[in-house]
Amino acid sequence: MPNLKDLKNRIASVKSTRKITKAMQMVAAAKLRRAQDAAEASRPYTERFNAVLGALSASVGGSDSAPRLLAGTGKDDVQLLVVMTAERGLCGGFNSSIVKLAKTRVEELQAAGKTVKILTVGKKGREQMNREFGDLMIDHVDLSGVKRLGYADAQGIAKDILGRFDAEEFDVATIFYSKFVNVVSQIPTALQVVPAAYEASEDDGGALYDYEPSEEAILADLLPRGVATQIFAALLENAASEQGARMSAMDNATRNAGDMIDKLTIEFNRSRQAVITNELIEIISGAEAL
Amino acid sequence: MADTVQFDLVSPERKLASMVASEVQIPGADGDLTAMAGHEPTILSLRPGFLTVKGTAGEEQFVVTGGFAELSADTISVLAEIALPRAEVTPEILADLVATATQAHEEAEVDAHHETQKLLADLVHIAEHLGFDAHL
Repeated sequence: MPNLKDLKNRIASVKSTRKITKAMQMVAAAKLRRAQDAAEASRPYTERFNAVLGALSASVGGSDSAPRLLAGTGKDDVQLLVVMTAERGLCGGFNSSIVKLAKTRVEELQAAGKTVKILTVGKKGREQMNREFGDLMIDHVDLSGVKRLGYADAQGIAKDILGRFDAEEFDVATIFYSKFVNVVSQIPTALQVVPAAYEASEDDGGALYDYEPSEEAILADLLPRGVATQIFAALLENAASEQGARMSAMDNATRNAGDMIDKLTIEFNRSRQAVITNELIEIISGAEAL
Repeated sequence: MADTVQFDLVSPERKLASMVASEVQIPGADGDLTAMAGHEPTILSLRPGFLTVKGTAGEEQFVVTGGFAELSADTISVLAEIALPRAEVTPEILADLVATATQAHEEAEVDAHHETQKLLADLVHIAEHLGFDAHL
């Protein structure tokens, strides 16, 4: 039987853990709201952008003059995987599920004889990818100092990726992030950003646009921005997913701590009763012996 | 045909304006233009400059740094990279932009010099127009 003092300490420690997880859950809830607002605020831009690019690439895409960002290099031998995760842990399976998806992809590509390069965004992803594919890592983007995600952060990452594309370091780039569905469900997603795959929407297929300056010039201007926009959208989805995952993980942890406290309290009360009973027996048998 | 259009101004970070406008002055890459209802469907890219919207509730001005605009007969959507209401523009923000543009200009390859130079000049022009010193 564990002694009473130990049990008491144990209960106290679980109680303070519960306080911490409860606080983390509430902080995550507040941050989640902000992240969701940010994601929602960016949506009109992204949707419009994709619609315009869809229309543009549909009209230019087939021709020989299509920019390389749209048409690709014609090969898919060197694959760049951009794994975007959180800077912090304690958010359930959030980081692991993204990494797991990326790992499966790495193995598939390697089995198919492709060269894989990995670029990570977020500390947790780097740690996990480093363990298995340390030799494939080419770079890491650190966002730990960023308080509020801005478009400039996405532009920085996009610039890095595009620079590598221009230097012919890879043929195909795919980003890995988590799509936010709701608090309990985030879907790890892979999205190919280079060469860009835009789908022309069907409803505005009838509108024929004039372009100023030329169609090609606008497309050449927009495609790099498209990469930044997609990365920005992914970063925002990721931020919302992270907070959502953390919220539900911390909610579970708080509940588990509560259960544990109940169990320990019952054990504590039983032991205390046992000690009292024991003492009584000793007193009574002592008195009888006299 | 109605003589007003639905005007939307969005940046990646937020939606800045959505209103009914009678005319919109847009700083196009090849020159400024004023778009009104019934405009030919056009997509044009922007240069840094002032975007002026004349609406039913008066006139509003924004500073945009680039992006593109989608015009059609009854809608005008501007997708700007950075867009701020004129009142929110501070000398610091502009100085930052000018500094970035200067750096980009200095790092640019010779054949891109013309473009970066133009971008820089446009930004400095905005600063001067607002009465700021662009070289903080």
